[in-house]
Amino acid sequence: MADGERTAFGDLLRPIADPPVRPDLISLSASATAAASAAVDPPHGSRSEADRLGASLKELADADARIVFVGDPGRTDPGLALPGNAVRTAKYSFLTFIPRNLFEQFRRLAYVYFLAIAVLNQLPQLAVFGRGASVLPLAFVLLVTAVKDAYEDWRRHRSDLVENGRAAPVLDPAGSGQFRPRRWKDLRVGEVIKVLADESIPCDMVLLATSDPTGVAYVQTINLDGESNLKTRYAKQETMSRLPSITAGSVTTLIRCETPNRNIYGFHANLEVDGKRVSLGASNIILRGCELKNTAWAIGVAVYTGNETKVMLNSSGATSKRSRLETHMNRETLLLSAILITLCSAVSICNGIWLAIHRDELELSQYFRKRDYSGGDEKYYNYYGIAMQVFFIFLMAVIVFQIMIPISLYISMELVRLGQAYFMIRDKNLYDESSNSRFQCRALNINEDLGQIRYVFSDKTGTLTENKMVFQCASIRGIDYSEGKDPSPNGSDVYCVVVGDQFWRPKMLVKTDPKLVRLLRSEGETQEGKHARDFFLALAACNTIVPLIVGTPDPKQKLIDYQGESPDEQALVYAAAAYGIHSPLIVLGILGGRCCQIKIKIRRAKYTYICRITDRGDCVLCMLGCALPCQCSTSHGIGFAFKTQDFWPFLSHSYCLCYRLQLLSSTLTASGFIACCMSTLTHIYGRNIFTCTPGICRFNVLGLHEFDSDRKRMSVIIGCPDRTVRLFVKGADSSMFGVLEKSIDLDIIRATETNLHAYSSVGLRTLVVGMRELSRNDFEEWQSTYEKASTALYGRGSLLRAVASSVENNLQILGASGIEDKLQQGVPEAIESLRQAGIRVWVLTGDKQETAISIGYSCKLLTSEMTHIVINSNSEASCRKSLEDAIAISSKFVTISSRAQNTITGSGSARVPLALIIDGTSLVHILETELEEKLFKIATVCDVVLCCRVAPLQKAGIVALIKKRTEDMTLAIGDGANDVSMIQMADVGIGISGQEGRQAVMASDFAMGQFRFLVPLLLVHGHWNYQRIAYMILYNFYRNAVFVFIMFWYVLYTAYTLTTAITEWSSVLYSVLYSALPTVVVGILDKDLSRRTLLEYPKLYGNGQREESYNLKLFILTMMDAIWQSLVVFFIPYMAYRDTTVDGSSLGDLWTLAVVTLVNIHLAMDVFRWNWITHLSIWGSIAVAVMCVILIDSMWFLPGYWAIYHIMKTGLFWLCLLGIFAAGMIPRFTMKALAEYFMLNDIQISRELEKFGNFNDFTGTEISMSTFSQTHPGFIR
Amino acid sequence: MNPRGDSTSGSDGAAEPKRKSKKPRYSRFTQQELPACKPLLTPAIVVTTFAFIGIIFIPIGLLSLSASGQANCIPEQLQNDKVAFIQSSTTNKTCSRTLTVPKNMEGPVHIYYELDNFYQNHRRYVKSRSDKQLRSKASETETTNCAPEATTSDGSVIVPCGLIAWSLFNDTYSFAVNSKIIEVNKKNIAWLSDKEHKFGSDVYPKNFQMGGLIGGAKLNASIPLSEQEDLIVWMRTAALPRFRKLYGRIETDLAANEQITVTIQNNYNTYSFEGKKNLVLSTTSWIGGKNDFLGTAYLTVGSLCLFLAMGFIILYLLKPRTLGDPSYLSWNRNPDGHY
Repeated sequence: MADGERTAFGDLLRPIADPPVRPDLISLSASATAAASAAVDPPHGSRSEADRLGASLKELADADARIVFVGDPGRTDPGLALPGNAVRTAKYSFLTFIPRNLFEQFRRLAYVYFLAIAVLNQLPQLAVFGRGASVLPLAFVLLVTAVKDAYEDWRRHRSDLVENGRAAPVLDPAGSGQFRPRRWKDLRVGEVIKVLADESIPCDMVLLATSDPTGVAYVQTINLDGESNLKTRYAKQETMSRLPSITAGSVTTLIRCETPNRNIYGFHANLEVDGKRVSLGASNIILRGCELKNTAWAIGVAVYTGNETKVMLNSSGATSKRSRLETHMNRETLLLSAILITLCSAVSICNGIWLAIHRDELELSQYFRKRDYSGGDEKYYNYYGIAMQVFFIFLMAVIVFQIMIPISLYISMELVRLGQAYFMIRDKNLYDESSNSRFQCRALNINEDLGQIRYVFSDKTGTLTENKMVFQCASIRGIDYSEGKDPSPNGSDVYCVVVGDQFWRPKMLVKTDPKLVRLLRSEGETQEGKHARDFFLALAACNTIVPLIVGTPDPKQKLIDYQGESPDEQALVYAAAAYGIHSPLIVLGILGGRCCQIKIKIRRAKYTYICRITDRGDCVLCMLGCALPCQCSTSHGIGFAFKTQDFWPFLSHSYCLCYRLQLLSSTLTASGFIACCMSTLTHIYGRNIFTCTPGICRFNVLGLHEFDSDRKRMSVIIGCPDRTVRLFVKGADSSMFGVLEKSIDLDIIRATETNLHAYSSVGLRTLVVGMRELSRNDFEEWQSTYEKASTALYGRGSLLRAVASSVENNLQILGASGIEDKLQQGVPEAIESLRQAGIRVWVLTGDKQETAISIGYSCKLLTSEMTHIVINSNSEASCRKSLEDAIAISSKFVTISSRAQNTITGSGSARVPLALIIDGTSLVHILETELEEKLFKIATVCDVVLCCRVAPLQKAGIVALIKKRTEDMTLAIGDGANDVSMIQMADVGIGISGQEGRQAVMASDFAMGQFRFLVPLLLVHGHWNYQRIAYMILYNFYRNAVFVFIMFWYVLYTAYTLTTAITEWSSVLYSVLYSALPTVVVGILDKDLSRRTLLEYPKLYGNGQREESYNLKLFILTMMDAIWQSLVVFFIPYMAYRDTTVDGSSLGDLWTLAVVTLVNIHLAMDVFRWNWITHLSIWGSIAVAVMCVILIDSMWFLPGYWAIYHIMKTGLFWLCLLGIFAAGMIPRFTMKALAEYFMLNDIQISRELEKFGNFNDFTGTEISMSTFSQTHPGFIR
Repeated sequence: MNPRGDSTSGSDGAAEPKRKSKKPRYSRFTQQELPACKPLLTPAIVVTTFAFIGIIFIPIGLLSLSASGQANCIPEQLQNDKVAFIQSSTTNKTCSRTLTVPKNMEGPVHIYYELDNFYQNHRRYVKSRSDKQLRSKASETETTNCAPEATTSDGSVIVPCGLIAWSLFNDTYSFAVNSKIIEVNKKNIAWLSDKEHKFGSDVYPKNFQMGGLIGGAKLNASIPLSEQEDLIVWMRTAALPRFRKLYGRIETDLAANEQITVTIQNNYNTYSFEGKKNLVLSTTSWIGGKNDFLGTAYLTVGSLCLFLAMGFIILYLLKPRTLGDPSYLSWNRNPDGHY
């Protein structure tokens, strides 16, 4: 299994961001639990084998290792150097908050710039503003962020407190052997901790023992990696058997383990008990954050605690990306910096020239007075020569004009994105009812990228489809059974398991074919019936499913929930159950009427057993609640077990023995006392019982060859009631046809192939099932090699694989199954909308080509009028050739269509659509070679690209193919761990929080429940976000530029000495108070178009793709407008007051009020939708500005005392204001009026349409839906 | 034995514990559906706006022009050179000029002195003052920003300190019509707010103009600063390098063609910075002073708006289009783009 090997041999410190590669959905589960390893070493397939191999190859050096004395925290950690189990997710403490928070914040370059300016201002020669005023804006921004951080941190503190205060039973170190509850935060490394069922695990622990005799514990890792299925972990037999002495402290047990690291899939340690060394792997450790399930209790020793646990080491935040708009913004910021430097240089050079010209006058002139006469000697007063003066003036100019680079923009953008995220999260259209999940914004700084997407790379399974596999049809011995009928709602024809007075029925009901049902009932009489039974037996046995019993409100009814890692296997097992062949264990109930319940208490854990005496005198024990039955062959065994009152050690002791006995006597003729555990999956050969209708048969699973990606099949060896031994194999068609016995049944194979083709052409996932009866010799040969392989110390995985390959041949074909991968709701419509919006949807899937194409059809990605270009090549040369052919074809089509466009006017979209279908093998030869360029060329011409059989890294490679060569924004959407690399590669990564765990979500920027939400997300929110942020950035640039230019014009009249008429307080408050709120409100709330319009006309999305709301041209226009408005604001009062007694403060107040009102009116003119919040913020801001100016002028110690009252009394003031508004706005208003009416713009037309148009009557723009008629791919007719 | 469940229903979901639904609650706010008005720049609105501005602005412009016309203004340039002459304390700096009143001027006629090329807004200059010192006697020593006129050479504090006070304008004017002296009222020329709150009534000039270089006027040390109105007017620094400051008022009317003889004590040194001094007599109108600019500006803006209104009407007539016609949407238009 590629998965296991990578984990074991890979770098142990491999970050979580690089998750293990999942064999990509190839038909069968790649379950981690494998069968039939030696019971002494709980089997864990190649993973544990690899672990062990790794451990023995790379013996842990004592220096790097952590040595844990089990049950003795004092010796483990004498200096208390290891951290306690208290966790701190909180970043700050009371004392460290200020320095650390400041440090975090100043990692932003912009803040450093403002800090530098504030520091410059503190130099006496440069002090332009008062000290307070210069620090205030930065302090304000820092404060707002700090308050936000503090609030978040406080919440984390609270949850930490709750977490740390939980209690867990801990072994009393005094040696009493008792477990006493202790708070989590007081747990220490080396302590022995007990975890009960359904409780969370407090720290990373090595399992010592579990309630299960075989040492199995089931854990749910949903909090860790998000996968909801149960995982098996094992306690070593060495510790299981010695638990009493370990807890009593009489045996020294120590564990050498690696130092804490963040690899949740690997663990490297060895255990030393009684001088014996055993190696430990990832399957022997349970991690903090998981929950114990289906296991009454588990005892373990803490090895990593607190912040050293793997879950804590992995809890790093989302990756931070930078939006396209922000990157562009930086380009304009550079331009602004250039303008700023120009202004500053102009001022300082002019000042130098002025000083040089007036050199002689300045000694005496009253306003300059170069010399200080007060001291008697004639030294210069505050004058350092022209060069220094110019230098100082330059720095002062930087201070005065600093807001050219808008500091408030950074905080405004954060607030706006926060607000936008709030609305996206709250949007009921993005809420998924079925998974009860809201939209999640995991990255806060790329909201606006959602409005500029050109490429969508989508995973298929779980993203386009529900990843809920439903068994649809079967081909058994070449006969197709696909007339499935829905099970009747009252479940009368559902096969149930009767346990006492309870009915257990499968959780999921599957359609059954009546013909097949009849056939199965007549089983035994006809050959077909036998084959059908064998087929379903194979489906029921050949898997790694864990059944769970789930209660219902009706106490008499229980549901059997088949849990497994592969949804395909689940579907198959449910199908088998629907046809009457129930998978393991729970069948016990059917065994007969003589059932009794026995309750036993072992070491405080209560067990309920159902005991049943079989006709042969065998006794079957089933432990309820954890679904682990134990079989005792005679009543003798049971009697013994109960008499000792110590059932559990006895079991574990005899464990080894019992499995051997069973193995030898596969028919199980009740040899002596055997207590045999039939563990759910794998541990003992005689584990499984299947029932078949009619009557009950018992089949013993003798061996299981797990799935691996080389063989692409799995097999199971079963001892049947008729004393034959059979091998059942199930696998992908490509791998199965090679191992079939072709000499017989050739016509059946042909028929099956035809059926398979039919299945996959309607989008079903197919599997082929084969069988072989093993002769006694074959079996014995297999058995010995198998045993050897499974007990081998080195290279066990490859040995087992060899055994499997040797036995899996000459199979007789049983049939094939077709599983429907249901399309998610609304997927075809969503794809159509995205396509209309000019977004190219590429599907990248691990499925085979036929399946991918059929799904492509059913989700309307492919249409019948498309020309398909298929590239399936095995070598580089053939790849090159097929690519060149493809380019030739596509260019032909393009020229034809362009000619068609020229001749037939009015049919602009009459281009022949092209679809490129390419498979993973070809991509191996293309990606990262020079052929990439060709692929890019052809792929960008095609309307649809479908990549099948691609590996996870190839997915990322395809995203990179586009990302590297174009400026276009890419979006990747997926749900599984195999999509992680692609999600991280794309500009925007979206995770579907669906069936396959949360790894994709953890790696994503946004997460949502359904693929179809992409439409409202991109078309509505993306469009809004982009438009809003784009406008806000431009507006902020404009707003600050106007102000800076006004100050600059004034500077020209102050002998270039940077005096400001506008008070320093106003210039500081200008961008943080007078005009900040409206931009934020508009940035969050304004909508250019309604949701309905945007969804109705997906083409409106092109606005963002073409960067129409923010580009260099708009920036330059805005800047020119800013200059014009600043001229108006400055020169109207200047001209009007030129010949009056006006003082600087009064004129400054006029300028302040004029500019504040003007920029707010400017914003008001651009607002699309006025609601009360917009009104309040815009008019409120003006009012606040007026009040602030009045307040500032009421301070007697400021030079401008009472100025505003004096100037407001004059008519000239009001006339100036009015004139400024009119003259300032005329150019913009005229341009706007002209543009809106005469330059046809889709957004403008749609706005008019919203206001005047009649939506309902209008159908002209509806693009005719594809003619492909089959909407439901589920059936073959 | 083929037990068939007679189970009641397929209640699959019932087994799951009831989860707290995370479904967002509907509110107009969270769904961004607040009632809002959506203004559009329709032709009607555009034309109305321009016409409205034009119609408002033109009368205002005319009115301001006429108001400005009513204000009379007699600037008189006072020319003299030689720094040495002005710096000498002994020479007689009196000179006289004759002005002709162009029009009837109703009292009060404001007398302004106008300085040109005097950067009262120079950074060195505007900062060189101490508002605290001016306000109260207790803060007499607050002279931090007053350098180089903070203290005398022996270290005692100058009140009022700083360059601004030091450079106080000190030309004096007296007016006579036909040898009859016209009374100049120098009371209430400063802002009342300044007199009451900014300049202390207990602050008396001290060590003023005792340094090596005399900047301007001397102050009577027995009058508190709050009564030194010339100083108060001067200390309200002008916005621009050419500025006027109120000198006093003539309360009587001046008839047209009257010959006024102005006797000027030309004390203030403008020669050190190539400055110019003007004397201005002016009445005020409701918009303040004589100024044609605003009226002209209003007329210009107003007529521009009217012109634009006309222009838009013509444009709308020449190239009409239906608002909100979906056939104008880019994907509905013909590929060659005409509509």
